[in-house]
Amino acid sequence: MGAYEFDLWVFMLAAFLGFQLIRGVSPLLHTPLMSLTNAISAITVVGAILLTGEKEASTLSRILGFSAVFLAVLNVVSGYLITDRMLKMFKKREPAKQ
Amino acid sequence: MKLDDTLLPILYMLAAMGFILAIKWMNSPATARRGVIVGEIGMALAVVGTLLRFEVVSYQWILVAFFLGTAVGIPIAYIMPMTAVPQRTAFSHACGALASALIGTAEYYKQFGQSTRFTTTEMTALIVETLLGFLTFTASMMAFGKLQEVSWIPQRPITYKGQNFVNLGIFAAAAGVGLALIVAPGQTSLFPIFIVLALVFGVLLIIPIGGADMPTVIALLNSYAGLSASAMGFVLNNKLLIVAGALDGSSGFILSIIMCRAMNRSFSNVLFGAFGQLQTSAAAGEAKPIHSASPDEAAQILEAARTVVVIPGYGMAVAQAQHKLREMFDILGKRGVNVEFAIHPVAGRMPGHMNVLLAEADVPYDKLREMDDINPEMAMADVALIIGANDVVNPDAETNPHSPIAGMPIIQAYKARTVMVIKRSMNPGFAGIDNPLYYRDNTLMLFGDAKSFLSSIVKELGALVRA
Repeated sequence: MGAYEFDLWVFMLAAFLGFQLIRGVSPLLHTPLMSLTNAISAITVVGAILLTGEKEASTLSRILGFSAVFLAVLNVVSGYLITDRMLKMFKKREPAKQ
Repeated sequence: MKLDDTLLPILYMLAAMGFILAIKWMNSPATARRGVIVGEIGMALAVVGTLLRFEVVSYQWILVAFFLGTAVGIPIAYIMPMTAVPQRTAFSHACGALASALIGTAEYYKQFGQSTRFTTTEMTALIVETLLGFLTFTASMMAFGKLQEVSWIPQRPITYKGQNFVNLGIFAAAAGVGLALIVAPGQTSLFPIFIVLALVFGVLLIIPIGGADMPTVIALLNSYAGLSASAMGFVLNNKLLIVAGALDGSSGFILSIIMCRAMNRSFSNVLFGAFGQLQTSAAAGEAKPIHSASPDEAAQILEAARTVVVIPGYGMAVAQAQHKLREMFDILGKRGVNVEFAIHPVAGRMPGHMNVLLAEADVPYDKLREMDDINPEMAMADVALIIGANDVVNPDAETNPHSPIAGMPIIQAYKARTVMVIKRSMNPGFAGIDNPLYYRDNTLMLFGDAKSFLSSIVKELGALVRA
């Protein structure tokens, strides 16, 4: 089995897993879900690091890679923090009154 | 220390497991924060693992970019008000999509300096990655502009004759140039043309989209950004990217399907139908009698009720009325009135928008009810209080087959004993559709800004409680 065929299988299975998982998410949390998946898809930072950190990277590669690392890290940091900030607000009962 | 080929795949696999668990634990508010933590651990493993790869030798630029990204990301996350969540989401889709588009571009040019070029399948993945990346970038920036109400981007959908023809033409051109690049990757002069076409298509895609369609479009852009990351995984032969991108892609896709269903519309209708434009003419009609009420009348009715169902819409977000609403919820709760919130899936500008705003105002989430869950109980409600919502409570959707929103599932506010509508004026809502609910005998119109009207109600309720 070639690498490409193997990758396609991985993609297909992951997409189906995603469909099943997302259908279980309560509509209550659709907004934090979106910011969480947004942070997760900033996994592109892996590609950006490889590009920027290469031994003999061209100037173009370095500039584009640097920008991509910046953008991806921005999404990772703000995505996770804001998801947590939103989730912290979801409380079941009224907070105890002093 | 450098990682070899035995340890790295394990780190990446653990990272993928972290992402899968993160999404799984989002199924309940009780476990969701745990999900964020495993998601963060997954990301940390992936980043550290990548930094320790043999190929990575030069660190200074990476570290500078890490520092800058963190320095910008933290303030965005903490300073941004919750009402700006839809804009922030659109903006981060733009950042994510641009990142993968830039990487794709760099990879494309890099291959010519190397001994091995991309195979046809890798080149196909690269074209998909950059096409989706660049078009999602401009489309998300346009969506951001519309949500942020940037002055030079028109809020209303703009349509012209032959628009779909132009849009599809540009897309076909981009796809055609992309295909030419797959067949003969050496035509480097074509690549900039390809980029420009993708960027232009992204802008054109959003021009005919109105605010009411934003939930669907944001979810769709979320999906594209994920698929672009997944395509990058095919280029770099990296399973972690494929899995994470596929999870994001399927998430956005499912959310947009849910949004479409909640409006009884198809994908193509949202993207090419220009919703807001169709019905503006239908709004004109003769003046029909309405009943209106003052804050103290409204307060008395609310105070005498046993069950009140609040139906919020985008107008609540615009007026920032959620905190006043919570005060009303508290006072009524103390008087033994059961107050529930009915949330339509497309209320607001993104999926789940109303829930976040009400949670921010400390409304307990077990009081936030889904449409299908609360509709059977609407007939038992003494009062339905509608705040800044219009189409999602329009009974025409159920009874008038000629209505532009015919067949759209609604929250059945009309079944309540008394319906109260807080509204600025009798101007029709965003989509310009008249709402027969306003003319019913048991409907009271409460004219004014949602926030100030609610604070008047709260004041009157306070007076009633003391009396």
